[in-house]
Amino acid sequence: MKPTNIGNPDYFHKVVDCQWACPAHTPVPEYIRLIASGHYSEAYMINWRSNVFPGILGRVCDRPCEPACRRGRVDKEPVAICRLKRVAADLKDDIQERLPVPPLKKNGKRVVCVGAGPASLTVARDLAAIGYEVTILDSGATPGGMMRSQIPKFRLPDSVIDEECDYILNLGVHTRYSHWVTSLRDLLDEGWDAVFVGTGAPRGRDADVPGRREAAAHIHIGIEWLANVAFGHTTSIAPRVIVLGGGNTAMDCCRSARRLGGEDVKVVVRSGFDEMKASPWEKEDAIHESIPIINMHVPKEFVHYNGKLKGVRFEIVRAEYDAKGRRSLVPTGEPDVLMECDEVLVAIGQENSFPWIEKDIGLQFDKWGLPVLETATLQSTLPKVFFGGDAAFGPKNIITAVAHGHEAAISIDLFCRGRSLLDRPPPMVNLVSQKMGIHEWSYDNQVSEEERKKVPVKALEKTLKDIKLELELGFDPFMACAEAERCLNCDIETVFTVKTCIECDACVDICPTECITFTANGEEDDLRGRLKAPANNGEQALYVSDVLKTGRVMVKDENICLHCGMCAERCPTGAWDMQKFFLQTAEAGTEARRT
Amino acid sequence: MTFLAKPNLLRPDTPRNTLGYTRRDYEGAISTLCAGCGHDSISAAVVQACFDLDIEPHRVAKLSGIGCSSKTPDYFLGASHGFNTTHGRMPSVLTGAALANRELIYLGVSGDGDSASIGIGQFAHAMRRGVNMTYLVENNGVYGLTKGQFSATADRGSKSKRGVVNSETPIDLAALALQLGATYVARSFSGDKEQLIPLIKGALRHLGSALIDVISPCVTFNNHAGSTKSYDFVREHNDAVNRLDVILPRDKISASYPPGSLRRIVQHDGSVLHLRKIDKDYDPSDRVGAMNYLQERHVLGEIVTGLLYVDSSAEDLHRHLNTVEMPLNKLQDDTLCPGSKALEALNASLRSS
Repeated sequence: MKPTNIGNPDYFHKVVDCQWACPAHTPVPEYIRLIASGHYSEAYMINWRSNVFPGILGRVCDRPCEPACRRGRVDKEPVAICRLKRVAADLKDDIQERLPVPPLKKNGKRVVCVGAGPASLTVARDLAAIGYEVTILDSGATPGGMMRSQIPKFRLPDSVIDEECDYILNLGVHTRYSHWVTSLRDLLDEGWDAVFVGTGAPRGRDADVPGRREAAAHIHIGIEWLANVAFGHTTSIAPRVIVLGGGNTAMDCCRSARRLGGEDVKVVVRSGFDEMKASPWEKEDAIHESIPIINMHVPKEFVHYNGKLKGVRFEIVRAEYDAKGRRSLVPTGEPDVLMECDEVLVAIGQENSFPWIEKDIGLQFDKWGLPVLETATLQSTLPKVFFGGDAAFGPKNIITAVAHGHEAAISIDLFCRGRSLLDRPPPMVNLVSQKMGIHEWSYDNQVSEEERKKVPVKALEKTLKDIKLELELGFDPFMACAEAERCLNCDIETVFTVKTCIECDACVDICPTECITFTANGEEDDLRGRLKAPANNGEQALYVSDVLKTGRVMVKDENICLHCGMCAERCPTGAWDMQKFFLQTAEAGTEARRT
Repeated sequence: MTFLAKPNLLRPDTPRNTLGYTRRDYEGAISTLCAGCGHDSISAAVVQACFDLDIEPHRVAKLSGIGCSSKTPDYFLGASHGFNTTHGRMPSVLTGAALANRELIYLGVSGDGDSASIGIGQFAHAMRRGVNMTYLVENNGVYGLTKGQFSATADRGSKSKRGVVNSETPIDLAALALQLGATYVARSFSGDKEQLIPLIKGALRHLGSALIDVISPCVTFNNHAGSTKSYDFVREHNDAVNRLDVILPRDKISASYPPGSLRRIVQHDGSVLHLRKIDKDYDPSDRVGAMNYLQERHVLGEIVTGLLYVDSSAEDLHRHLNTVEMPLNKLQDDTLCPGSKALEALNASLRSS
């Protein structure tokens, strides 16, 4: 193999699995260390810069970082990254002074964002801070989009949404609430320099089975019902409720129903338990509230008596996989099941909908009804119009919407300055030694062996009675510190210098997970098989050095490195060093370096 | 130098031996030797050898004297018996232990000061008596704990870190062991574990006294230009006569060797030593030939490594003394004491009427 080019920022970025997995590339280990040392405001600001909504995401993020966490590969469970983020938000001081101050003199460019959800708010923040005049339009009376309308208050209180939306709106962003946009043509005629569409995926999919129309009074679309609950239009539900669907919306529906008077609430899903779209922790939360999840049941009919709902008839199926691994649900032949209920919540998916975009305006849509976009720039076929969030590539999650917002803001900025949208600014990268003394590092390199901490919750008797009462209490500072210490500091990288190595084997002997081998070079597959411990995880890189004095090379398997720094401590010549890799993605307004 | 203990987190695919132990289970406390010390590599080689041989840690007794080398038994086999004796007296304490309990595996760990200076008499007698032990010399040519004076194994003409040239003749412990009747004699290099680990395995399975002289560079005081025990010098002047593979009765032999390139030696316990020849004329069963070869190469400034001599039909001290199979420390009074009647009979036989 060729020597690894550690000059490429992607190499060490990939080693920081959590940051790499985060769509917004939040520097996770850096803020976790700040939490461990009690610097909550600093930790909050690192988050705020990258993911804009630390308090919100610290409660409801989809957490792509946690399955990626290196700790999960050596320990039972990954670091509770998401809930540590909440700690930073909960325990921070007043951060007003740390927020950017928009320039007094604007740059004269006007940008409009349609929808006041996470994607639009991110665009607004990034652009307002560098002198753009940004206006947000939304049909609702408050900002936040689906964060406010669909996520139940017992998971995400309004106060948190208000606070974090205000940080953005106070940058001088204009808002027009209760404002329906009915025509893109009209909007373009208003002469904006750029239009950002962040309207989400607002239409809930319906269950098209017999009885749907007749019993309509007792059957609700999940996201519409959740919005009605969120805004106080719906305050009760009948005792017996069936929730159809296995995603996170279904989990929010059933848990909300439990709080509004639902006594016998169950979730019925077509697929098996493990294939459900809901995150494992959201399923656990539903089960914790004694809500049964019934799998492998396909709804066949809403059974009613003159429009009065009796229940739902289900067909029992099993999963069969063809040679290509595609699943089909095949009836088992068992008799159908009638589950009695008074109301049904349908949470079987969301769709995009752009009724306000004229078909003849030059904005192309693909066969799934999604806008045709340049993936990297989020620009549509109408050069002035950009998309982001669920409106861009279909329903995903908040953190993806934020990442889109950042990219769209960069594109809009380049567009407004007449620059090529592909000339994107590079990330800010820094790599610096953490050595303080002979065995002193500027980070705590002792690997914690504590188990993952569970977030304390309020008693169910109380929280099931009040839909606005937040269930989770969040970590206290001591739990937060213990959990933060579980972080392996994957951003403190092992950096090897061939010139100074004397091949004494000290690093090989001390490495607790046998990551380091000195051996003859070879092709990657061959090398992976003959390291001190075989490197079976092909997704994780091998760090290969240049040729050493004995003709061998140093090969390090990044997969299970604990970043404990023992190799560097044992190295008599300093050939190994622990260096902190810090990467922040570019923000709108950053200049691309000319080389 | 590392002060923190190694974390206990293991990779999920950590290999286990037939006893269910991981390599980590054969480790000891965290080393306090200088970073890069060759001795730490030797400790790691002992760990690997015991792991590979499925040795139960409580069946090993590790004994040492005084010095950097003699500290190392603390850094491996944390679950084994250990005895840190006085300076140079490891061989006699070990001999006593081996006589009292023949059921343990004895590992003597010593250095060039401990064995070639203050303890050379002890070393000589352990070799000639054939104590059933593995005698590991961690040989760096200097007194590291007292800041790098030449030891008795330092080559004449080699330079100290401060530029002083050694004017005294070195003691070659491997040559001495050959002359004194050791039945398994090897030399190796701490920076070459591929060679060292099998040599330790072969020695642990050998019946009789086995000496391994391991050149182990002192990074702090003896790893400079002009030293003959530095990483660079040993790598450049290493004359390996053979490569060893230790084959246990349970192992399947998959490798094939060209004819004439391999020598098979069956040890008393059924383990097989596969010696891949590098020097095709070198005969590891010829004690006198081995002694001559060492001297010849030494004159040329070469360091001969590999399994230098092995006697597969060796006998140990217990056989020489014709002791009982039962470990002496387990013999009870009823076996040891013939009783008062026997005493009376004996006394009576000695009385002249």
